[in-house]
Amino acid sequence: MRRWLMLVPLVVFLGMAGFLYKGLYLDPTELPSTMIGKPFPAFSLPSVEGDKTLTEADLKGKPALVNVWATWCVSCKVEHPVLTKLAAQGVVIYGVNYKDINADAKKWLQEFHNPYQLDINDEAGSLGLNLGVYGAPETFLIDSQGIIRHKFVGVIDERVWREQLAGKYQALVDEAKP
Amino acid sequence: MKRWLAAVAFGLTLTGAAHAAIDTYEFANDAERARFRELTQELRCPKCQNQDIADSNAPIATDLRREIFRMLGEGKDNQQIIDFMVDRYGDFVRYKPALTSTTLVLWFGPLALLVGGLVVIGVIVGRRRRTEPVAGSDTLSAEERQRLDTLLDKTKDD
Repeated sequence: MRRWLMLVPLVVFLGMAGFLYKGLYLDPTELPSTMIGKPFPAFSLPSVEGDKTLTEADLKGKPALVNVWATWCVSCKVEHPVLTKLAAQGVVIYGVNYKDINADAKKWLQEFHNPYQLDINDEAGSLGLNLGVYGAPETFLIDSQGIIRHKFVGVIDERVWREQLAGKYQALVDEAKP
Repeated sequence: MKRWLAAVAFGLTLTGAAHAAIDTYEFANDAERARFRELTQELRCPKCQNQDIADSNAPIATDLRREIFRMLGEGKDNQQIIDFMVDRYGDFVRYKPALTSTTLVLWFGPLALLVGGLVVIGVIVGRRRRTEPVAGSDTLSAEERQRLDTLLDKTKDD
């Protein structure tokens, strides 16, 4: 028997082991977003305060975070102070209040500061559906043209911001400058 | 016999109740109901790891069922509804993934392994058959016998 044939099982095993080892560190709950590179979906929804109607055109002009949140979402409460801090640093954040009770949302924003420059009231979840939202909190990074450039699922804490999002946001800001 | 019939009848009432719990929608006809069932069983709930949206209690699954019902009412065909879901949630939501370059391994990997296995078995069997002594030669030739004897003698000396 040819010698090199004896190596085949070893090579197959190493290949499988490498493949499975990588699989150990993948998060199966993380779905790749299909929205990257696409324009923010069209919508026409009232603001949380109910004083105006917002559309996708209102989100254009500046790179921003679009944060999908709700009062029923426990981890949104964890994320909220971080967003407030970022907003204070000058990061543009828009809020999508997803499938929430309007009165609760208003109360929340009054009680815990409002980091959002615009508050979109998506009570029926229609915008969330078009965004492919499957659980709050989710945050989209849009550029100044309103194109979705990145999606982050889960709680934004200081570390996530520093290591994953700050750089991307800064790149969009730099890109927007002529 | 009577008792047995009663048990079957009772079982039937149970399945009826189970279906009633799932179907909260009024369908125009049975064909539409069947398509709804087929679609909700073919699409995976994005939030839960391994449940179809017919089966899941997650709010997102409820929403998606409602969307499917709405689209069925609008007269969309199955492919349009599946495309709508894939546009938003990606290939993840399909239990029958489309054949693309990224899903090639998924579709043909098992077949390739099977064929590979058959080839290996074929090679081994073929080789064994070739090296197998010809029929009737299970007795040793004089030369072989002599060699065997020397080998056995050698071990005896040790």
